[in-house]
Amino acid sequence: VKFTSKNLHHFFFFVSIKAAVLIQRWYRQYAARMEVRRRYTWNIFQSMEYADLQDQIKLYNFLGYLMDNFTRSSSERKLISHIFRENEVCRDAEWERYFSYTNIDVPDIYCGPRLTFPLDMDQVADLVEAFKNKQQLHSRYVLQLLLETWKLLRVLPNINRVSTCHSKEITICGDLHGQLEDLLLIFYKNGMPSLEKPYVFNGDFVDRGKDSMEILLILFAFLLVYPGNVYLNRGNHEDHIINLRYGFTKEVLSKYKLHGKRILKLLQKIFSWLPLVTVIDQRVLIVHGGVSDTTDLALIARVDRHKYVSALRPPKKKTPSRINVYANSEHFHEMINCKNTTGSLTFPKPFGARESFQRRSLQDFSSTMARALEGEFEVRRRQAEFSLSSFSKSHNILSTTLSPDSEPDSSQFTDTSNDEWKQILDLLWSDPMSQDGCIPNEVRGGGCYWGPDVTEDFLNRHNLQLIIRSHECKQDGYEFCHNRKVLTLFSASNYYEVGSNRGAFIRLGPDLVPYFVQYRATSMTRGLSFPQNVKRTEHTALKALRELLFVHKSDLLSAFQEIDKENTGLICLNDWGSAIERVLHLDLPWQVLHPQIVSSTKDGKLNYQGWFHDLALKKPRSEHIEQTMLETLYRHRSTLETIFRIVDTDNSGFITFEDFRQTLKLLSAYLKMEISDEVINELVISTDTNNDGSIDIDEFMEAFRLVDKSRLERGKSLLKLKQDFLEIYW
Amino acid sequence: MADKYSADTIITETQKRISNAFDVFDHESNKTVDVREIGTIIRSLGCFPSEADLHDIIAELEEEEPTGFVRYEKFLPTMTKILLERKFRPITEDLLLQAFEVLDQQKKGHLEPEELTKYLTQEGEPFTQEEMDEMLSAAVDPDKNVILYKDFVSMMTFDDTR
Repeated sequence: VKFTSKNLHHFFFFVSIKAAVLIQRWYRQYAARMEVRRRYTWNIFQSMEYADLQDQIKLYNFLGYLMDNFTRSSSERKLISHIFRENEVCRDAEWERYFSYTNIDVPDIYCGPRLTFPLDMDQVADLVEAFKNKQQLHSRYVLQLLLETWKLLRVLPNINRVSTCHSKEITICGDLHGQLEDLLLIFYKNGMPSLEKPYVFNGDFVDRGKDSMEILLILFAFLLVYPGNVYLNRGNHEDHIINLRYGFTKEVLSKYKLHGKRILKLLQKIFSWLPLVTVIDQRVLIVHGGVSDTTDLALIARVDRHKYVSALRPPKKKTPSRINVYANSEHFHEMINCKNTTGSLTFPKPFGARESFQRRSLQDFSSTMARALEGEFEVRRRQAEFSLSSFSKSHNILSTTLSPDSEPDSSQFTDTSNDEWKQILDLLWSDPMSQDGCIPNEVRGGGCYWGPDVTEDFLNRHNLQLIIRSHECKQDGYEFCHNRKVLTLFSASNYYEVGSNRGAFIRLGPDLVPYFVQYRATSMTRGLSFPQNVKRTEHTALKALRELLFVHKSDLLSAFQEIDKENTGLICLNDWGSAIERVLHLDLPWQVLHPQIVSSTKDGKLNYQGWFHDLALKKPRSEHIEQTMLETLYRHRSTLETIFRIVDTDNSGFITFEDFRQTLKLLSAYLKMEISDEVINELVISTDTNNDGSIDIDEFMEAFRLVDKSRLERGKSLLKLKQDFLEIYW
Repeated sequence: MADKYSADTIITETQKRISNAFDVFDHESNKTVDVREIGTIIRSLGCFPSEADLHDIIAELEEEEPTGFVRYEKFLPTMTKILLERKFRPITEDLLLQAFEVLDQQKKGHLEPEELTKYLTQEGEPFTQEEMDEMLSAAVDPDKNVILYKDFVSMMTFDDTR
């Protein structure tokens, strides 16, 4: 073939197409493998998130159980009773006094915004600008703003009704979770709320992110300026019990050292007054969690929503419930720590088969328990004396009966409030599922899973056409399901980790067709390419997973040894995967994940002792405190921290030695694990670095943060314990 | 042991891999996956099919009346055959490099983003804008704003071996 320039040109053209195809083929393969990694990274984060949430509910149930069943004088109960003190409905004047801010002086050096009420748009714009510049609003103005907000919320109905008439487009945002950057990005892209620009915010404004307070202040400020154009729905995180664990309480106390406690108390009240749902044009429902097969908007419209300060606890009865019967300790722990399912609310065998309970929720747990325990009453009375370990001492208290003239009470609350409470729980906690039906949401521990048939039925009954909800993080910021009749909207980008997901908001015009805008707050992701995003997120997820595996070492070892009866030290991958699933209760694709967490296998078998060794760089030396003890404390550090914060009644960030001791006793009862006095003393002494007889909660929890190599090299002085046992490097 | 390498073992191992990969995408745990994910699943098992190849495979896997889903019973035999016959072999680093060199007509040692974009979005089995953007985000050297394809190829293939 003669190579004329034309031929050459054709030849090149032909070859270049082949080259292009090759590159495309190769890249698509690479992208597919990235996608798989992204998927299971997502799975890891989500299952760990839900497992953690379950834990919180379990803890709360445990504390509730203590409340109902301990004597008033028991020290444990005294420690925690304050969180259950419901806000009594009292006269406005009293509350206004509590809100009082007039005697709080604002120093001259304060250069943040100075608000005057009634607020106007300029002030709000200044407020947003101030927060953008990392300023903090003075507590005097915070309290004032909260007071005005409360006054307004009290007159709002349970159901916000909005109209798109006047061709107004309504902007709807999902979970923000304290991520101020995302809210600012939304305002940047879409404009701030105004008379022409109504907004609906669908709950979960707080927790996890670091600027929950600022988000609340901004949203409340807009609400005050445009009460007819800004609508807030309550989310499951607008709940002080949840806030104790997920960071909001901590944030407020650290930002407002003097008045934080008061602010938190007021917010408890304000959260309970937030409306429950929003309806647009009588056609579209906006609610934070979702619906169940019993959700009835007419009923919702009538409830006294402010009675439900925390969605986790049913409203108090008028007469105090004095249920005075106990299970023995075994029974009790079986109830609290059911290992037979992933749910936290399963009834153990003694109460009957699972199937006999159609609709379980938190309420059923306590009331049925009460009924069943009546029979145990007499038996327990006789078991007054126990052995002398401190563990048993707390169980001694557990088994002590209450005042003899109180009667066993089989139901804690009236039926009406029971129903109402369940309705609210369903609205705030439920998730959609793909199968038909409606089952209790055991992953989260509250609300239900509802199917497409329930959606269909619900929409028909109420003459609606679409449910917009939030509550679940979605990779692209939003996701349809149930034949596009349910839309999940999530506005916190990079939620699990930088690069994990986009956020989204929607605009809804009179045609009620959602228009989506997606975004990602970029300050952290600037300069990261797509594969880098995936890898970074994956790295974080795997790190968390390895840590989880490491702290379950004892249980895993037992599980492995049970399988490896001949003590070869080896286990095949299949068995490895099922053992982990049994111990951790995390539904993850272990087979697919194994190359990431197992460095080498021989003939398809894993040396599990060696594997644990790989997971932790430093081999634990035997010290006064056993490996399993520290492992346990580490594993339950969130719970421990939550209990600390509960115990710290004056929200000072410090607790006394005595309270610290009591906390660990509480934890030991909850975990069914003995924590001896020697251990506690050891911990106390090593933690009290100030030598002033009190323990700094943050400093103690510092011991349980993942210590990565670089931090260690910076030489922060830590507990000797931390260094020996809790380093996990990679 | 001799039977370690027997055909049976290989088939079982292969099918286990297929089953695991399938499960990751089986969102409803009912042994079906969305047909649009088939490409990702096949590639995650180490194959390098072209879009045309996928098109054919999907045609084979779909039901007589397409439901938008692929059942595991159909997927398993098809995929087993693909893996055992080693169809859609990986593209080697050398071959990939050659492909880039072909596109680099002037032998500059690098490609401009616009050049590469033109080839990959207009020729062969064109990329979508999203695919192109993703690739560029990883390929373009941020300082020089060109694609140093030799480095890019080594970096990406190094990643693969992990």
